Amino acid sequence: MSGHTVPADISDHMLDLDEDEDLEVYSKNTTLADGGTMPNSPGSMVNQYQLEEDEEDHQDVKTKDIFVCVDNPESHITAIETFITYRVVTKTSRSEFDSSEYEVHRRYQDFVWLRSRLEENYPTLIVHPLPEKFVMKGMVERFNDDFIETRRKALHRFLNKICEHPVLSYSQHFKAFLTAQDLGPYKKQGPGFLSRMGETMRAVAISVRGLRTKPEEFTVMQEYIDHFSTKICSVDKVTQRIIKEQKEYMDELKQYSPSYLQWAELEEELAEPLKGVGNCIERCSKETEDQIQHLSEVLLPTLHEYVLCADTLKAVMRRRDNIQAEYEVKNEALVSRRVEQEGLQEEVEDLAGRVEQANSALRGDWTLWRNVMRTDLKSAFVSAADRNVEYYEKCLAVWESFLLSQRGESVEQTDWEHGS
Amino acid sequence: MAEDGQEDSGSPLSEPDRIAPDGGLNSAVLGEGSRLLRRMEICVSEAEKRSCRNAVSMLETFTVYLIETRPLEPTADGRNSSPDSVWRRYSEFELLRNYLIISYPYIVMPPLPEKRAEFVWHKLSADNMDPDFVERRRVGLENFLLRVASHSVLSNDKILHHFLTKEQGWKDLVHETGFQAKADSRLRALNAIFRVRSPNKHLMEVKHYSDELQSYTSQLLRARTRVADRLYAVYKVHGNYGRIFSEWSVIEKEMGDGLQSAGHHIDAYAASIDDILEEEEHYADQLKEYLFYAEALRAVCRKHELTQFELEMASQDLISKKQQREELATGIVRTFSFKGITNKIFGQEAPEQREARLNLLEELTSEGEEAVKEKTAECDEHAERAVTDILQFKEQKDKDLQEALISYALMQISMCKKGIQVWSNARECFLKM
Repeated sequence: MSGHTVPADISDHMLDLDEDEDLEVYSKNTTLADGGTMPNSPGSMVNQYQLEEDEEDHQDVKTKDIFVCVDNPESHITAIETFITYRVVTKTSRSEFDSSEYEVHRRYQDFVWLRSRLEENYPTLIVHPLPEKFVMKGMVERFNDDFIETRRKALHRFLNKICEHPVLSYSQHFKAFLTAQDLGPYKKQGPGFLSRMGETMRAVAISVRGLRTKPEEFTVMQEYIDHFSTKICSVDKVTQRIIKEQKEYMDELKQYSPSYLQWAELEEELAEPLKGVGNCIERCSKETEDQIQHLSEVLLPTLHEYVLCADTLKAVMRRRDNIQAEYEVKNEALVSRRVEQEGLQEEVEDLAGRVEQANSALRGDWTLWRNVMRTDLKSAFVSAADRNVEYYEKCLAVWESFLLSQRGESVEQTDWEHGS
Repeated sequence: MAEDGQEDSGSPLSEPDRIAPDGGLNSAVLGEGSRLLRRMEICVSEAEKRSCRNAVSMLETFTVYLIETRPLEPTADGRNSSPDSVWRRYSEFELLRNYLIISYPYIVMPPLPEKRAEFVWHKLSADNMDPDFVERRRVGLENFLLRVASHSVLSNDKILHHFLTKEQGWKDLVHETGFQAKADSRLRALNAIFRVRSPNKHLMEVKHYSDELQSYTSQLLRARTRVADRLYAVYKVHGNYGRIFSEWSVIEKEMGDGLQSAGHHIDAYAASIDDILEEEEHYADQLKEYLFYAEALRAVCRKHELTQFELEMASQDLISKKQQREELATGIVRTFSFKGITNKIFGQEAPEQREARLNLLEELTSEGEEAVKEKTAECDEHAERAVTDILQFKEQKDKDLQEALISYALMQISMCKKGIQVWSNARECFLKM
């Protein structure tokens, strides 16, 4: 049995994991430059958040003291492989950082590393998902411009979500990610492969066994997650379908307008109105193109991220259950007095504490996540509806100007008179 | 259906609309040229299903349409007479039109609504019994009658009058005119390949125009159908949001209301496409009318070509008859002839025989001259009348189609306004999330 346990809350044990001398400076008692205390767990933050819930965008109300930007994708070709790096620029006023500005270059693998360390160190916090490694649908080349741009935006969002998180943003790994020119040394640390394997196997054994009593609040949470997961997947699918149908509509419009223009060449009196209609249709097809782009770049990525979030939530629940199960196994052993008692009592108390921490961390982060999700989705839906209004307004203007040219009278005036 | 008129069809024009709310011509307003229409109102008001046993004792189901006519002027005793009504089926309209084409070959004949539904986008039924199709056909038939009744030449036709007023025995009257025989021979002649030596330049241009018009309008109708199909899909897929949002709102405390109410608006959006596309069918029907008109225009040109060809044939015949007469009269054989050879071999024929043949040729020649004179007159008359009618047709076409394009723009505007409304509402709901 591996002696190494993964703590629910990293902050107290930060120094245990990181052997780098330089990081010793940052102990759990460090105060922030603005006088606030470094948060120990999301649980302690809950009250603070609940006060701010009534305000829109409460994230911004809390002073944001760290800003990260992901840009400049660059291609690197070596003998072995080709990969893309992204520039990560950090601006911060936090005292844990030596400097106020950093610039590093990271590849996708590095992001994956960061996220997995965060999940390890904070098993019951909800860490925002990364964009997927591959896109299954359609043969999207890894180095296709659209793919790179979509990924870059998602990576940008990922890092900013971490920045906005009251606990995760103080992670040492996050700091290393943002500041170290070479991540190599950091990657070698942490629980080894074997211990990770052991952890996984224990988790499997535990899930087979099942939990004694799952607290009601987490059963409710699980139900919500299952329901949410189905719904968000459906919304994502419908949105993809809409984009597909819009594209086909736009293609047909492109065939439609020339048929008016060609006919116009045959006619005399009729040429002008025919050309007019043909041009209107052409302009509307351009508007449709722009609208499709907006859907693809704003609504769809947001929905997709929350589809991935649903998977993250399920994983968090599993990890929480495992932590509880681990405790229950040991506790049973203690109670049955069948096993060696020496040190077992202490171990069980330790595990009980872990369960408490895990639960409270999740509890707090859950509220946080629900609010962020609501804000994100609300903003995406509002933006999509806005864009639809704009689309119809633009098309309306196109047709009205045609009508004006044909009738030679003020259309708006008469419409207004008739209360349209 | 569309009887209540279309909302947002724009402000009334300064004169009443030529196109009535149901998409047909507004019979009250055809202005100058409503000859027959000045004297009576015509409308095709209803459609009904009938069944009867046909010639081979099979049960046939078909639709009949009610034609109502009412004289506008009061009768001699000063009272307004009651309306006449006649039930007619589509095949009778076809018969009438065929009769008119044969009788007035220089007129660009107003077309009937299509026999079978063409340019169908997937939702629209291609079934002739479908109520929407029947309704649109009713409008098309009324259109046809109004156009014919307002035509300066056609409106005076007796068979047309009987068609409108005499339900029984009309078919016999038509067949008595013997037009069917002419129709058959005309069809054969037109399908034959012939070349005209000196065609009427203007009419050739018109024929070329009619070919292009047919091609462009059918291309446009096909493209429009595909666009309609796609647009339908876009709107309908949105309908899924409503259902999902509704289910989702159950698990959300704060977001629930906003999601659900937004979903309702999006459902309304998805449902709105049915009416939008139904209205667009009227526009498609207006285009189809001119697709079929293009065919009628071409037919007029072809008829003239045929007449011209017959004239050329008759002229040829006359020339050869004259030549034969000259040879016989002078004894000089200019061209090769069988008679010439036999004369050489067997000697000249007897004077009496020669005399008889000469007289026969004289007769044939003067008959031939008559024929050429008649054909020339026929050809010129046909060309003159055709040119006049074609001019009228072009003016009418420009006016009708311009209006159709404007009404199409109005439909698009209405669709955009609905879109703005629905998505503004949805946006308000999303803000409440």
